[in-house]
Amino acid sequence: MKLYLKYMSILFKSEMEYRTSFILLSVGQFFVPFLVFVSIFLLFQRFPTIGGWSIYEVALCYGVIHMGFSLSECFARGFDTFSSMIVNGDFDRILVRPRSTILQVLGSKFEFTRIGRLLQSIIVLIFSITNLDVAWDIYKIITLVLMSISGVVIFSGIFMLGATLCFWTTEGLEVINIFTDGGREISQYPLSIYKDWVKKFFTFVIPFGTVNYLPLMFILDKVEGNSVLYMITPLLGMLFIIPCILIWNFGVKHYKSTGS
Amino acid sequence: MKAYYSLFKMRLLKGLQYKVAAYAGVLTQFFWGFMYIMIFQAFYNSTKIPQPISFRELVQVVWLQQSFLMFIMLWIRDNELINHIIKGNIAYELCRPTDLYCFWYAKLIAQRLSGAILRCIPIIFVAFLLPSPYNFSLPPDFISFILFLITLILGLILIVAISMLLYISMFYTLSPTGSFLVFAVFGEFFSGMLIPVPLMPDTLKKIVYILPFRYTSDLPFRIYAGNIGITEALISIGVQILWISLLVILGKLWMNKALKRIVVQGG
Repeated sequence: MKLYLKYMSILFKSEMEYRTSFILLSVGQFFVPFLVFVSIFLLFQRFPTIGGWSIYEVALCYGVIHMGFSLSECFARGFDTFSSMIVNGDFDRILVRPRSTILQVLGSKFEFTRIGRLLQSIIVLIFSITNLDVAWDIYKIITLVLMSISGVVIFSGIFMLGATLCFWTTEGLEVINIFTDGGREISQYPLSIYKDWVKKFFTFVIPFGTVNYLPLMFILDKVEGNSVLYMITPLLGMLFIIPCILIWNFGVKHYKSTGS
Repeated sequence: MKAYYSLFKMRLLKGLQYKVAAYAGVLTQFFWGFMYIMIFQAFYNSTKIPQPISFRELVQVVWLQQSFLMFIMLWIRDNELINHIIKGNIAYELCRPTDLYCFWYAKLIAQRLSGAILRCIPIIFVAFLLPSPYNFSLPPDFISFILFLITLILGLILIVAISMLLYISMFYTLSPTGSFLVFAVFGEFFSGMLIPVPLMPDTLKKIVYILPFRYTSDLPFRIYAGNIGITEALISIGVQILWISLLVILGKLWMNKALKRIVVQGG
């Protein structure tokens, strides 16, 4: 953990050397998703609800998933751009060091510019929470926190899976974007609006449903029956990281250097 | 003119080499298209009030957007050109007995065209086979199809004219990331990629109609879908030509100005 913080501070300092570029990129990172939210907002000017959910409820959905995405993009960026590490042969260096590969890849890169995106999702969250008529109690707050953490964990897991694929393909694959960017876009809205197979896939295979849709049913009092089950779904979603780590370790064992 | 044409052909063939990347792209775009349609369907189901664009017309627009993504995206960057500007290889380019603006223009058009050719056919083909109401269908009549083709090609010419301005601005900023990102995001918004133009509030729609962005994508696609009538389409073609000539002249003047003050450092 100490090593990880050390990695982080070094990379942060190196990024600060290019201050204007950093600020510009952060501003850009703010506007990209912000205009998406503006579009959602404008759509709600024409249509009263989406599948029975109001703008503020959707905003909550949106804010949580974007928060998870931006944080995991900031911290798990090393996995996201892993293919370049394989192509350059940098991964060989990591293998000879007496530390875990996951820690080192995580520490190899941070995207601090994602602060713009994070800020955007927090603004949307505040917009939603101040307008929603929800009786907040300690359980609901805990659930909200768990949801955000679960989002970070699941996105990081997908980045890891994508990186593991690079052991065999060397190049990064565009298809993995379906699960990162696509998963984010899909779960901006409550999963109930989609076709049944989409809903099942994003609940049981890649558990984005556990990040916002299912626990939100509890927070917004839409649950009938056992609400504890809905409350702990983010915890179940986090289990997703376990097979990802196993697959990663399997991939590392099978790694053949590109030799450059 | 011949030089530009052969350059165009060369780049087109080069772009067509990257088949695997294109097929991966097809899969992703198919996913996106389907997702947008499902979201819009959920929105349309929530109200009985008729909208300025029907759900079926919107489905056509979504599939066309996904098929011709390479025609309409502002963020597609040509790293070769960027390197020319940043690393100073521009000196070689300047030695050529061709006009630099037209030279780059031909390159960029070929790049977009090759990307789109590979992607659009499989997407359109599969989208045709989908069950109703998700499927892609033929345009209402033959005239709209012809008008669609004309506006689509003019749109391609227009978007390259816009992106040329972005490349020229790099002579001053020397960094592609900032200006490209911000410009691309707003361009996308104003061209109706995030929210379809007919569904925008009226004041925003007025702004969008003044700016050039919607004439690159929104116009041809809605002509195909039958949402824009023939008279309006003919007027819009005039607007497209006006924008193209304006932006090309502006781009050429600006480029000449930028090239006068350019300093190539050693290397």
